[in-house]
Amino acid sequence: MTFTAFDSWWWPYLFVLAAGTLATDIWRFLGVYLGGRIRDDSELLVLIRALATALVAAVIGNLIVFPTGALADAPLLLRIVSVLLGFIAYLKFGKLVLVGIVVAEAVLIGGLSLIDLNV
Amino acid sequence: MNDDALANPAGPPDHFRWFFRGMVASVSVPGLILISAFVGFAGLAREAGVSVAQAVFMTGLVWALPAKVVLIGAIMAGSSLPAAALAVALSSVRLTPMVVALMPELRSDRGRPLTLYLLSHFVAVTSWVIAMEKVRDVPREMRTSWYSGLGGSLVVANMLVVALVYAIAGSLPPILSAALLLLTPIYFLTSLWGSAREAASHYAMIFGMILGPLFHLITPGFDLMAAGSIGGGAAYLLHRSRKGQSTE
Repeated sequence: MTFTAFDSWWWPYLFVLAAGTLATDIWRFLGVYLGGRIRDDSELLVLIRALATALVAAVIGNLIVFPTGALADAPLLLRIVSVLLGFIAYLKFGKLVLVGIVVAEAVLIGGLSLIDLNV
Repeated sequence: MNDDALANPAGPPDHFRWFFRGMVASVSVPGLILISAFVGFAGLAREAGVSVAQAVFMTGLVWALPAKVVLIGAIMAGSSLPAAALAVALSSVRLTPMVVALMPELRSDRGRPLTLYLLSHFVAVTSWVIAMEKVRDVPREMRTSWYSGLGGSLVVANMLVVALVYAIAGSLPPILSAALLLLTPIYFLTSLWGSAREAASHYAMIFGMILGPLFHLITPGFDLMAAGSIGGGAAYLLHRSRKGQSTE
């Protein structure tokens, strides 16, 4: 029952609907239903947010350490340093997402260009 | 109950005008940053072997980017449907409190519940941030029209972005391809850090980023769930203990 399990054209779409749409909209609908009945700072919500955040962070970590495609050809150290410097710049300069993106990309592109020149 | 909801004295032109203003509100700094994130998503989807039609379909019907990135991660890992659904569901619980916070703003006496359920699909970080900031300037009766314009144009614009970037991603030089694939992690690292409400979420990010790759080596296929539950649980406990003995 994986994404590529069946050859039929509709299977991937059904997979996305079940594992993607249903799995996200169910929480949105629950939010509409609960309306103003739940407090935003309740302990349960703090725990739930922590679990959800750690899960997405795990995906981020995997995308950096075990990337696919062209990014996999960049050395692990360069990938980590790019993200780290981007993140530090983000923290230092007013927590602007755009600053983090620009710095991380500049370090990666600069690093890859230097490697290209040396080989 | 009130049939005159159809014969609204404000009339359709007014609703249309506020729908249009919602569309205009989507043109913003968070909106532009979101587009850059979808540029990254298109590259990621291509690398994962997802077709362009499937990637555009995903953009419209899942919408929340963290959920889609987890879904792509599950597809790449070869997870089964139930395992993928569980991981996506766990990553999306955060949508509930966001919708809970937004609904009192969108609700009006004339509004039908169905409208709110349909509109809730547009809720993801960016449209939510813009809406929470600007919805108070919109007359209450017009707020659902306004949010339709805002959410709808963000979804449609990014479906186009995904189709476009997917088409050109294959012909990029290797260095730009690598840069494209770095967009998703750096975007999420910074935007999630900024949207965290409490220290628990910051601890959770640090633990998750370390545990994710670690569990990828130990238990591939189950790495996201393991890192999410152990990292998130530990972050919550650390948060509780550092808050002191305030056992309310």
